[in-house]
Amino acid sequence: MVGQPGHAPGPRSPAIRRLRRLAADAGFGLAVLALVSPAVLVFLWMLSLSLKNELDNTAWPPVFLPDPPTLDNYREVFARNDFLLFAWNSVVVSFSATGLALLVGVPAGYGIAKMRAIRAAALILIARITPGLSYLIPLFLLFQWLELTGTLLPIVISHLVITVPIVVWVMISFFEGLPGELEEAALVDGATIWQAFRHVALPLARPGITVATILAFIFSWNNFVFAMVLAGRETRTLPVAVNNMLTFEQISWGPLSAAALLVTLPVLLLTLVAQKQIVAGLTAGGVKGA
Amino acid sequence: MPRDIAILDGPAEAALPRGRRNYARRYAWFVVPAAVVVVAVILFPWLFTLYVSAFDWHLGSERRWVGLENYVRLFTDARFGWAVLRTLLYTVLAVVAPMVLGLAAALCFHRRFPLRGLARTVFILPMMATPVAVALVWTMMFHPQLGVLNWLLTQVGLPPSMWVYSAETVIPTLVMVEVWHWTPLVMLLILGGLASLPTDPYEAAKIDGASPWQAFRHITLPLLAPFIVVALIIRTIDALKAFDTIYVITQGGPGQASETINIFLYLQAFAFYNVGYASAVVVVFFAIIMVLAALLLWTRQRVKVT
Repeated sequence: MVGQPGHAPGPRSPAIRRLRRLAADAGFGLAVLALVSPAVLVFLWMLSLSLKNELDNTAWPPVFLPDPPTLDNYREVFARNDFLLFAWNSVVVSFSATGLALLVGVPAGYGIAKMRAIRAAALILIARITPGLSYLIPLFLLFQWLELTGTLLPIVISHLVITVPIVVWVMISFFEGLPGELEEAALVDGATIWQAFRHVALPLARPGITVATILAFIFSWNNFVFAMVLAGRETRTLPVAVNNMLTFEQISWGPLSAAALLVTLPVLLLTLVAQKQIVAGLTAGGVKGA
Repeated sequence: MPRDIAILDGPAEAALPRGRRNYARRYAWFVVPAAVVVVAVILFPWLFTLYVSAFDWHLGSERRWVGLENYVRLFTDARFGWAVLRTLLYTVLAVVAPMVLGLAAALCFHRRFPLRGLARTVFILPMMATPVAVALVWTMMFHPQLGVLNWLLTQVGLPPSMWVYSAETVIPTLVMVEVWHWTPLVMLLILGGLASLPTDPYEAAKIDGASPWQAFRHITLPLLAPFIVVALIIRTIDALKAFDTIYVITQGGPGQASETINIFLYLQAFAFYNVGYASAVVVVFFAIIMVLAALLLWTRQRVKVT
């Protein structure tokens, strides 16, 4: 394009043009840097706090680089607070809530897509709009009445409020995107609709199921308010446990940061690995946990 | 376009030929298990909340039928009124800032540049991180004497701030956390829109000698409008519902300076065990959300028409 007559009456000399180009690129680079640095800095500061001793963590001016880095905070986290028990609770709750949601949600997404049941889909959407907290009063009363408090079951069930809408939602859009011909061919060949679903549609839907699984798992893992209300002393999930560390201790930033980092690390790693699926799922449905 | 909002436009695509409708009905069985779950954990709580809201009911004591008294009390409760105003202020700030930044970020990430994939992944990390975990880190950064943020302020010659420890600065500070947390979702929704834009108008504009700003103003923005409105609706709902970070960082304090509807609701229900009154709060809160969502959907219709 350079030197085309009549095109873009900009700067005349190529050197100036190159300079302006360079300045524009530098400006753009700075803009990108400004966009990503808040995210980077917060996570790096979290890491830094978790690797320093208490003296450095409360020093003024702040100490940025751990010198030498220490794993004492992590050791302390694992030594106290029943951290492993709470981690196990979180694993059980997130996996169960995600698994159950897949079990009921994948067929439901298929059925809704096939029936084009817009109203059923709208109901799911309203569930997405409602604050998670508003489900808690009735569920709390119900579980108390059933004398289930103190077990993990209420927490798993309450997490279905988050995971089922996500799975159904992602699966509806996914099944709607699949061409129906293959299933119809199977039906013509005498398969039942269940067989057509099980052996034709389901294998094709595997990428969608992956997206649904990842999103449901993350939003269940991250959820705080359900377990905070429903959990007993032994049944806390990690977000509740780590929040309690702040409430009941004086400034003890090292262990607190180490615990916070451990809680969110699985999710961050999952995001790094499955970035493509997460972006696809979020933009397709605009889903987010309650 | 994200389909969830499109669905609220009505049953346009629901019409099936009569013959196919019977055929479609056979698929109802696929939905039954999920329907049972939805009724149990979503529909039952809604109905039960309506029922409970008609009682004066403190957990552990006798409940008493009071009809609409909880609602009457709610509308004269100054503390609730302030919570509503605070929530609206918080929502306006926590919608406008992420929308502007998210649009700018989407335009940046729409361009090709080295390491774009990595930069985008890092940018969306806050959105996926566990809210409690990052809220705790922010709490430590807000510490008035030892927090790293006040150190940064003094480095650039600004006076230190009280952040969440003063009634004047607590809401903007919490909004800052919300911006950090949820701008990525706005960015993703708008970026998806940008990816779907046709290229022809830009080529035509280039030939006509339009400046980049003119192209943005007269081509990109109008074509992007539906996506922007969807992002706006999602962001508004999420800002109204914000709970985790506010609860972890301030629990509504100092005093009641950051007590939003959601925090008020939590305190009524699970600190004061005033479940009847809290249920009325749920109903009113839900109504507020629905009214705002309907308002935004109405705007969206108008955007579509023009």
